[in-house]
Amino acid sequence: MHEMSLAEDMLQIIEDNARSGAYTRVKTVWLEIGQLAGVEEEAMKFCFDAVARHTLAEGARLEIIATEGEGRCPDCHKTVKLAERYDPCPECGGFPVEITGGTEMRVKELEVE
Amino acid sequence: MCTVCGCGEGEATIAEETHLHPHHGHDGPLHARVHSHPHEHAHIQYRAAGNGLHFGLGAAHAHAPGLSQGRMVQIEQDILGKNNAYAAQNRARLAARGIFAINLVSSPGSGKTTLLTRTIEGLHGEIPLAVIEGDQQTSFDAERIRATGATAIQINTGKGCHLDAHMVGHAMERLDLADHSLLLIENVGNLVCPASFDLGEAHKVAILSVTEGEDKPLKYPDMFHAADLMLLNKVDLLPYLDFDVARCLEYARRVNPRIRVILTSATGGEGMAEWLDWLLAGLKNARSGV
Repeated sequence: MHEMSLAEDMLQIIEDNARSGAYTRVKTVWLEIGQLAGVEEEAMKFCFDAVARHTLAEGARLEIIATEGEGRCPDCHKTVKLAERYDPCPECGGFPVEITGGTEMRVKELEVE
Repeated sequence: MCTVCGCGEGEATIAEETHLHPHHGHDGPLHARVHSHPHEHAHIQYRAAGNGLHFGLGAAHAHAPGLSQGRMVQIEQDILGKNNAYAAQNRARLAARGIFAINLVSSPGSGKTTLLTRTIEGLHGEIPLAVIEGDQQTSFDAERIRATGATAIQINTGKGCHLDAHMVGHAMERLDLADHSLLLIENVGNLVCPASFDLGEAHKVAILSVTEGEDKPLKYPDMFHAADLMLLNKVDLLPYLDFDVARCLEYARRVNPRIRVILTSATGGEGMAEWLDWLLAGLKNARSGV
């Protein structure tokens, strides 16, 4: 369900950008999704497919660019990779790691006609 | 006139008692009242239906087949960017008028509406307040709130699983909020999506009932991470349950070390004084522009 509303917002971005007349059909969408954004890639693809029907993005391919979760440890002050938002620092066990990356949900680029 | 519009998607409706809005002298479609934007395309994103509003009756779908060669277009736009912009507008409007708004989030059945009715009763009519109720369907909750004498507006999100800042902005317009008042927003019962959608509130308050299991904060970390306060509700039932309060709080603090916790029983009254104090302190800050 979460992905469904995100897919609708994504379609709206695509439709808003089409208003300038820059394109009438979208073939591919590149979407950047952070690992800590709480979005399931397969669900997102499924939902986008559904909401794009009968629109200028019907049948468009959704390419997901996954970005890694990243944070800064309060103890060792290193920038570390994080698989989950509430994980301790993989280097020293420090907690809580301040999230610095991997929460993105961004429409990057479109291939259009 | 509408100050939030650009109108979003979804199938939400907003319904309230029409007598709350004597300044709107007619029951015509809200679309006609507020959407004077000179867009040439069909921009009907919501309309009045009876005494309510329908969101998202269809975007203008361009549908043009083309065989020309593909090109690349840079977009670089956050999916939540539009919602965040509406939320910022709501927040600015609330701040300008010294209104303290909170967004109550939880699973269905955690006792949010009972907590709200008891909260309103506990304030003894001394604080001007209004309630925005979010549910997929029915206006049962708004009716329960109105039974306390408080002003309430119901947003039905239709297929949507959360309130968004756009819906709340319109609800705020319809509510005729008093300056220096309290705005209580009861989100759709859902521990996932409302975490991502800022409504412009001062705080998210997560309500977790002890009948749900102490591991909820770990199972739904985004929500507990986003909340500033957790009300552990229905604590009057603890003697009958195998619920480890200390473990639950430890889990909540693992995902959010700064989360504040109050143990409440909306029906038994435990913790309600502390919760009301928290609300009043927030209201005081909002009024003084802190």
